[in-house]
Amino acid sequence: MRNISTTVITEKVSDLVKVTALYLRPDIMDFFKNAIIKEKDENAKKNLLKLIENAVTAQDKKVPYCQDTGFEIIFCEIGQEVHITDGSLDAAIQEGIKKGSKDGFLRQSIVEDPIIRKNTATNTPGIINYSIVEGDKIKFSCIAKGFGCENKGQVSMLNPTASINDIKDFVLKVIKEAGPNACPPFFIGIGLGGTMDKACELAKKALLEPVGKHNKKKHLATLEKEILTEANNLNTGPLGLGGNLSCIDIKIKEYACHIAGLPVAVNIGCHAVRTKTIVI
Amino acid sequence: MIIKINTPIAQHIINDLNSGDYVELTGTIYTARDQAHKKLTDAILANKSLPVPVNSVLYYAGPSPARPGEVIGSCGPTTSARMDQFTPLLVENGFKVCIGKGLRNKNVLKAIKKNKGLYLSAFGGCGALYHNKILKAECIAYKDLLSEAIFKLYVENFPAVVAIDSKGNDIFTKEPL
Repeated sequence: MRNISTTVITEKVSDLVKVTALYLRPDIMDFFKNAIIKEKDENAKKNLLKLIENAVTAQDKKVPYCQDTGFEIIFCEIGQEVHITDGSLDAAIQEGIKKGSKDGFLRQSIVEDPIIRKNTATNTPGIINYSIVEGDKIKFSCIAKGFGCENKGQVSMLNPTASINDIKDFVLKVIKEAGPNACPPFFIGIGLGGTMDKACELAKKALLEPVGKHNKKKHLATLEKEILTEANNLNTGPLGLGGNLSCIDIKIKEYACHIAGLPVAVNIGCHAVRTKTIVI
Repeated sequence: MIIKINTPIAQHIINDLNSGDYVELTGTIYTARDQAHKKLTDAILANKSLPVPVNSVLYYAGPSPARPGEVIGSCGPTTSARMDQFTPLLVENGFKVCIGKGLRNKNVLKAIKKNKGLYLSAFGGCGALYHNKILKAECIAYKDLLSEAIFKLYVENFPAVVAIDSKGNDIFTKEPL
């Protein structure tokens, strides 16, 4: 067994939360720099330049890339040989979110009850997803999920006999409806299979994948590429003002499926999709 | 070309702006998002006084906190569609210029056209960029709402695109009213 103290966990999560919400992911920054060279539409070029200017300002001034520093989503993969010491793991992670949000001057975007809507003023609670894996390490993946794009996600319980085109039609409908409201160009996570909740979890988790990396299964990698091409033909463009760059990338994560269904979940990530992973 | 304009925006300037124009605003604007819209609407319906001067430009935004020595944190626009249910009444009551991001519904479009107003779409997700354009910030109402409170901002060269012009043209839908 390897002992890991909750004190260490709080510190690490605090640093993770602080850094994740502030900056644009390096792979997305590189993507924008390449995209601006390829972009032919003058307005789209100008709008893309604004995104780069924003990312550079965020870095230089340590000011969040987007004021919506998001709902803190933490995926926590715990090695089965890890022993947590000095208190509750859950409390330690929530404390890390609280500390990181305060130290990073992140926005307090969480209300304690969906109806009463009083702000908790701590940016907690975050949403923590646990899984037990082999090994003696803990992996924390953080998604600082803004709600402009989160609001535009959808799930559809398709028939098991649905065609590839039925899946595509649904995904493209969701991307089109997200339109200018959800801050394109988008980074799209798709969950295929499982149950309704499993598909949504997969779609969210897919946002952690790096730009350009495709699904290992050939037919799903093909589907990712086809959806990307068709999404970019929607003429949404950067910030919804037109152009051929509507999506940065499409990521599919799949799971086994029941004979009676084919759940499809689409999670819209905006151009400010902010994620980071650490291992301790 | 970028058109420089000052707030409050004179009617003849509003009339001359067209959907698709890139503009830069200088002057005072007021933040107001979901809960502040609800409160302003309630105050109008109850004939109560408003914390924001009529004719002010409303900016749908909820900033992140300022670091010590800074004026404000990150302060980009939030999704305008959530304000659609409140906007026509506010436009009718003198708040005819608003700034947010993304699509508006038909009722907003009609209210803006009827009152010769303006809807500007700011660059969504670019809160850091707008941080640099805000020179003064003061919380003037609904402090308990934290980032959702109303902030009086003085902005300089604040970039946006004319999304709906006073003639009722909409850059996003391009459909005639």
